[in-house]
Amino acid sequence: MKSRPSILISAAAIVASTVVFLIPFAFIVLMAFKDRRQSLLRDFSWPNGFHLWDNVVEVAATRNWMLITAFINSTILTVASVTLLVVLAAMVGFVLARRKTRFNGLIEFLILAGLMIPPAVVPTIWLLQGLGLFGKLHGLVLIEVAYGLSFSILLYRAFISTIPRELDEAAIIDGARPLDVFFRVILPLLWPVTVTNIVVQSVAIFNDFTNPLYYLPGNGNATVQLTLYNFQSQFNTSYNLLFTNILLITIPPLLVFLFFNRQIVAGVTAGAVKG
Amino acid sequence: MQKTNRRHAIAGFAAGLMGFTALSGAAFAQQTTLSLFAPNDQAAVAYTEAMVTAFEAANPDINVEIEVGPGGTERDNMVKSRLATGTMNDVFVYNAGSLFQAINPLQTTVDLTNEPYMSTILGSFKQTVAASDGTLRGVPYGQAMGGGILYNKKVYEELGLSVPMTWAEFMANNAKIKDAGKAPVIQTFGDTWTSQLFILADFFNVQAKNPQFAEMYTRGEAKYADTPAAMGGFQKQADIFNAGDLNEDFGAATLNDGLRMLAMGEGAHYPMLTFAVGTIAQDYPDQLKDVGFFALPGDDAAVNGTTVWMPTALYISASSPNLEAAKKLVAFVASKEGGCDPWVKLNAITGPFLIQGCELPADVPPAVTDLQTYFTADGRTAPALEFLSPVKGPSLENITVEVGSGIRTPKDAAALYDEDVRKQAQQLGLPGW
Amino acid sequence: MSAASDTRLAPLVMPARLGARPSPYPGWFFLPAAVIYGVLFLMPTFASLYFSLTRWTLFNSTFIGFENFAQFFREPFLIRGLVNTVLYAVITSGLKVVLGMLLALLLTSQILARGYLRSVVFFPVLVSTVGVGITFTVLMHPTTGMINEGLALIGIKGPGWLTNPNLALFSVALVDVWKGVGLATVIYIAGIVAIPQDYYEAARIDGATKFQNFLYITLPLSRPATATVITLSFIGGLRTFDLIWAMTRGGPGFASDTVASVIYKQYQAGFYGLSTAGNVVLFVLIGVLVVPLTMLLNRKQGHE
Repeated sequence: MKSRPSILISAAAIVASTVVFLIPFAFIVLMAFKDRRQSLLRDFSWPNGFHLWDNVVEVAATRNWMLITAFINSTILTVASVTLLVVLAAMVGFVLARRKTRFNGLIEFLILAGLMIPPAVVPTIWLLQGLGLFGKLHGLVLIEVAYGLSFSILLYRAFISTIPRELDEAAIIDGARPLDVFFRVILPLLWPVTVTNIVVQSVAIFNDFTNPLYYLPGNGNATVQLTLYNFQSQFNTSYNLLFTNILLITIPPLLVFLFFNRQIVAGVTAGAVKG
Repeated sequence: MQKTNRRHAIAGFAAGLMGFTALSGAAFAQQTTLSLFAPNDQAAVAYTEAMVTAFEAANPDINVEIEVGPGGTERDNMVKSRLATGTMNDVFVYNAGSLFQAINPLQTTVDLTNEPYMSTILGSFKQTVAASDGTLRGVPYGQAMGGGILYNKKVYEELGLSVPMTWAEFMANNAKIKDAGKAPVIQTFGDTWTSQLFILADFFNVQAKNPQFAEMYTRGEAKYADTPAAMGGFQKQADIFNAGDLNEDFGAATLNDGLRMLAMGEGAHYPMLTFAVGTIAQDYPDQLKDVGFFALPGDDAAVNGTTVWMPTALYISASSPNLEAAKKLVAFVASKEGGCDPWVKLNAITGPFLIQGCELPADVPPAVTDLQTYFTADGRTAPALEFLSPVKGPSLENITVEVGSGIRTPKDAAALYDEDVRKQAQQLGLPGW
Repeated sequence: MSAASDTRLAPLVMPARLGARPSPYPGWFFLPAAVIYGVLFLMPTFASLYFSLTRWTLFNSTFIGFENFAQFFREPFLIRGLVNTVLYAVITSGLKVVLGMLLALLLTSQILARGYLRSVVFFPVLVSTVGVGITFTVLMHPTTGMINEGLALIGIKGPGWLTNPNLALFSVALVDVWKGVGLATVIYIAGIVAIPQDYYEAARIDGATKFQNFLYITLPLSRPATATVITLSFIGGLRTFDLIWAMTRGGPGFASDTVASVIYKQYQAGFYGLSTAGNVVLFVLIGVLVVPLTMLLNRKQGHE
């Protein structure tokens, strides 16, 4: 009944994907093993000597262990922002998809605008200062939420249409209140989309470079992308340290992805059973 | 049972926390913390850390926090945003000259004109940190540098060449070097800013022929496209490309690549600023003695000199709440002890100091000794245009990449740059544009 | 289906209220999101609209009307930049849609090591753009870069990917697709697995081929996914800046400049009023292209 997995296609896929997607990563790892002088050559040569640990220590210790602070800050920032984004965006996407009002067009345009318009930095700084949120981590959380809402809402709105209305109606007939319908019926069914949203937004926010640069200045406030500046200057780049840094800051998103990847797989099989 | 344990734990924790805060409060009660916005190139970072350590030792009640920020145009951006929103660090390092004029110094920096150390700073530097009302706002942070040609002395010895005093001699040398199988002129467009050196370093020659150029340029009366002397830089860059005197990977090579090629003798000439000697000292210490410096030659052997860049400067932000402490730090940087000695100790000298009483040690790299010769004679240095005029267009490096790659002719490029510069002049509100 | 929902909701059964019930889709669900979005995004954007009409030094601003816009349209490479922008958006979104769909089909079919393949394809999405930009700039070096060295092994002299002015934009677009196709694939996968198996069962009974399955079941029913991918990647492509900046800075010269990088350069140079005006122009350009596109995609969705 089910067609046998084609060995040939599988093998071809594995080889092709490894070459295309993993070789650049291999380059990053290779560079992280080199010392400064060899890394200046920026070629694919095998490192002479095992410098990875030295590089890691040097990168972590730079500027008073800035990398550690940065990791903590970035993690808090990402977790808080993504949580808010998931809940708020799903709520909006849900009502937007289900309820047809004459405002829908305007609302959709405003959401689309969020994707299209680049944020205005200086007025935002003035605003944050007025609200007492400038230079504070929770201020940046709200900013990331504001900038990320458009993408998340769009994602949710598209997929809520795959959940039949009958489910809502059944729940309502049974007397469920709106919050119950949302949290207990809809949200669980959106799990694959939520996972996608979590992964994408976590990565985007964790890797965000410009927003922390503008809205959260100061060493104590550093986030991980900013640490790249320590090794890449206009005049003098330590490529081995730079790539070690890139390697280190790629690990958390990788972990998030590996963790949620299992969830996506679980979602897939659940979906297949769903009738 | 569990609840009591928990309560004890919380109480203990709270007590410990309070004790800790009390202790740290006592320890830091008298401390002022200054925050310093420092550049991020390695030599400057090393200097900053050494200087701060010395400063804190001499001033135990002041604690300096160093924040390293990017360089180049990103620094321009950050500095302007922070100044505009009043969020700048207490003291900050930034360029002097035209970039200094663009940050609205009258409103954003503290006036330092009457400070005692100002009299020990060389006049040629002071004019680059003077605001429009004549007040002085900064002190030098580093050494001056020359812009010209770094060359490989070993290659010159091997081929029996001598330092060229005219452009024709330079091109003749290039031909011989090419025949020997080496790259005559190294260019590194992977780092676009390095492509500007021909235009910028040629300013000495422009100044020599048109002494009024800088003034007229600022007033909008002189343009690159219709001043033959000013066109010289663009033309020279095109000449190099047309003669095929470039290294093969000029389009993608970076500054680091260029320095390696120069140090190792794969290429003979590298138009560059002398701060790069510090990088060579760090990465290729054994080849340091092979690197020399000469000024970009003009047409007349008798009128030969180098264009000089002032170092970055240290300013105090007008919004800083710690004015007294900040002034102490600035005074330290303006002194021999804080402004010169750390560089000497780090063995990172790349040019002359701007503070009186600071002598160059005897064992500086040969390139720096070469640079010194231009300073000891009269009339052999000229400040770069950006220190005489606030007008400098942002797209120059892109235009020079085009000229150096043969994509655009010098005449077109000059016209394009004039157009680019017009936006900058208007932004600054200069009359006549 | 109803059986499942009954068991799920059994604990929530309440006596039905008489009279008018509040809508199960309450308007106040919009409120928290609207507040954050409105205050932190919309308000500063409107403020900057005002500044686009001024000469703005961040410290003071002089009203100059539409002169910024006039200056922006006089920008020497604007036409080139506009063409580059649209070209880049079309290439990247086109490739992402097509390759994303193909990869998603492959990764939801019966092949080995599906989990591994999915992770590998999605992996580039996780690496920071700056990191990707740096890595590929090195890999694309005309003489020592791995790509050209690999090509040399089979006797092809690789071009200057980032140094040839005619090729630079295209090379960055390829890297963009490399980085972003994983996301498109995942969105497509989410859409494909949501398609109920009944349809495929029915088609199998009718003797449909795999290709017919694709054309008549998979493609139409993954419309929301397709629409999302097209919209997101097209807008992203029009606004793209990070990768181009990391790889070429708009070079060599001005060859890979897009409207976004032109605007950024003006911002870097301190022409704040001008760059804000540029942002307005960019927004209008995007609006003109994207709004009809979105309407087209949504209308085709039909029933809701």
